[in-house]
Amino acid sequence: MLEFLSQPWPWYTSGIVIALVMLILLFFGKSFGFSSNLRTICSACGAGKTVKFFDFDWRSQTWNLLFLVGAIVGGFIASEFLSNGEAVQISQATIQDLSALGISAPDGMQPEEIFSMENAFSLKGFLILLLGGFAVGFGARYAGGCTSGHAISGISNLQLPSLIAVIGFFIGGLFTTWVLMPLIF
Amino acid sequence: MRGLKFIIAGILFGIVMSKSEAISWFRIQEMFRFQSFHMYGIIGTAVVLGIIITYVIKKYKLRDFQDNPITFTPKEMSVPRYLIGGIIFGLGWALTGACPGPMFVNIGFQYWSILIAVVGAIAGTYLYGAIKDRLPH
Repeated sequence: MLEFLSQPWPWYTSGIVIALVMLILLFFGKSFGFSSNLRTICSACGAGKTVKFFDFDWRSQTWNLLFLVGAIVGGFIASEFLSNGEAVQISQATIQDLSALGISAPDGMQPEEIFSMENAFSLKGFLILLLGGFAVGFGARYAGGCTSGHAISGISNLQLPSLIAVIGFFIGGLFTTWVLMPLIF
Repeated sequence: MRGLKFIIAGILFGIVMSKSEAISWFRIQEMFRFQSFHMYGIIGTAVVLGIIITYVIKKYKLRDFQDNPITFTPKEMSVPRYLIGGIIFGLGWALTGACPGPMFVNIGFQYWSILIAVVGAIAGTYLYGAIKDRLPH
């Protein structure tokens, strides 16, 4: 059984469980949206004293912080007990495209060229992670949600704003992939 | 413990995002290069089931565990807010290969360097909060 679970899971298992997570949160009177946690963290760190946007009762969002803690634990369980250490099985075309940019084929979940400690603390690797993360945080709050809040919860509720946000996600993602990455790498 | 259910939901989320490789930078690159159905399959399945779940909840006026009606707050209509915010988010998503959920799952997966992206994401959220009144919404 454990051996079976240690293989990569097919995409539909993930889609089904994500929808199930959304249903569980709705049943418990909440809604599925992960990036709100970033605002909550700012508020919990005292940002409400200087910026009004963070001046709210962040303790009311404790449930979502617990979900975040669970997500970290879930990643730990997956890596420690449910992983056979196999490389991500991406398509040959992607491997070729990336190798042209100097990024070697997968050896684990993440590319060495960005995520290894040595590269993450080189100027280039550090800026990629820091500025990339910065754009994710800034953009998610500006757009009022991330992949979970807009692409899943919002589109499930047939919200046009969420569709516009997801179109934006793709415009930005395609620009980075096709225009910025050849310049960066 | 009343919070336990949220931790368990999070664990479920973290495990499945890991095991379906949705936390992988490579999978996000593959998606933005349209070279595999994998990520579209994940998001597509979740959305189709999500639409059905939301429809059924509304149609049958289902209630939550405390017998309160389950409500959905409609999002306020705007184009610049969602489009510009979305584009900025997407620029970062393709670079780090992780949206906010997977960033934290990656911590559990012990890719410690993702903490740099998490710090960036918190800083980005803070800057948005500080300058939001000067941005088009």
